Amino acid sequence: MKTNKALVLTAFAAAVSATAAAVPASAADNVKCFGVSMAGKNDCAAGPGTTCAGTSKVDYQGNAWTLVQDGTCESAEPVLADGTKVMLPEGKMGSLSELDRDLPMEG
Amino acid sequence: MTDQSTFRAALSDPGMPVPPTLTDGTGRPAGRRFAVYRNNVAVSLTEALIDGFPACYMVLGDDQFRGMAAVYLRAHPPESPLMARFGMALPAFLDAAPQVARMRWIGDLARLELALRDSYHAADADALTPAMLSAIPPEDLGDTRFALAQSLRLIRSDWPVWSIWQRTRDTEAPQATPGAQDVVILRPGYDPAPHLLSTGDAEFIDALAQGSPLSTAAEAACAVAPDHDPTAILTLLMQSNALIQAPGGPR
Repeated sequence: MKTNKALVLTAFAAAVSATAAAVPASAADNVKCFGVSMAGKNDCAAGPGTTCAGTSKVDYQGNAWTLVQDGTCESAEPVLADGTKVMLPEGKMGSLSELDRDLPMEG
Repeated sequence: MTDQSTFRAALSDPGMPVPPTLTDGTGRPAGRRFAVYRNNVAVSLTEALIDGFPACYMVLGDDQFRGMAAVYLRAHPPESPLMARFGMALPAFLDAAPQVARMRWIGDLARLELALRDSYHAADADALTPAMLSAIPPEDLGDTRFALAQSLRLIRSDWPVWSIWQRTRDTEAPQATPGAQDVVILRPGYDPAPHLLSTGDAEFIDALAQGSPLSTAAEAACAVAPDHDPTAILTLLMQSNALIQAPGGPR
């Protein structure tokens, strides 16, 4: 299986260089940004019984966070970890700490 | 005193009588208080299932999901005090549930959601960096074994489970077309994400997971897809920090 061996070598080398070249969208380059998630869409796959499972009840909820690229949070257009830009409504900005705006009604 | 097993049995079965020895402070039967407690248990477990299986909830709709949950939570009460572990038996339960027999894929959709949750809670791994990977001598590469990150999960479905999951997140996503789909869940940082695999990729991952060297994994993929090129799957695994050092592997 000589061809196979060559193929594996080429594939491995290509994969390593693609990985080295990619700007890593790793968690280290992202920050928690409050007040920018749509209802029910905040990041967390932790599941039931945790404090973050799809807990944002209203859009742009001030105490719900999502990961955004470092340096873009405190603006009207934060950039999500996957590169998508969020356009916040007029007058709203993300924040690196919890906000007291847009909290769900009690009850 | 009411013994715990009588109490527990009555708690989850509304058809059972309130434990007769259960009384309030003045010695009267505490039936209504018990009913409140009984209801709270069922509601909170139902909410836990909705939190844990948002895609299944969306495709079944509120009424049908809650109806299903009412049966499930009594058949499979929590086995762990950690609510994040609740719902482990739901995929098999849905496979067998006659009410959802027309959605034969729903068990796999639940499997995908559970695997995402599982991946989230898996231990962190120190991924091999591009520098470490490129330091492996080419002549050794074929015989090199890798371990995979503990957060990796492989789902092999006879149904287009990845496409169905996508549609529940994004109504603009293309309609699912019939056919099997293999999905790998990877967690490069904090958050797991599912990726659709090409034919042969699942065999490749499986072989690596079993400790086979790289060339054996490539052969396993070629056995099902003769033209399989491992570049894409290797890139995905490396970029998602999923390749880690096998015991005695590259360092």
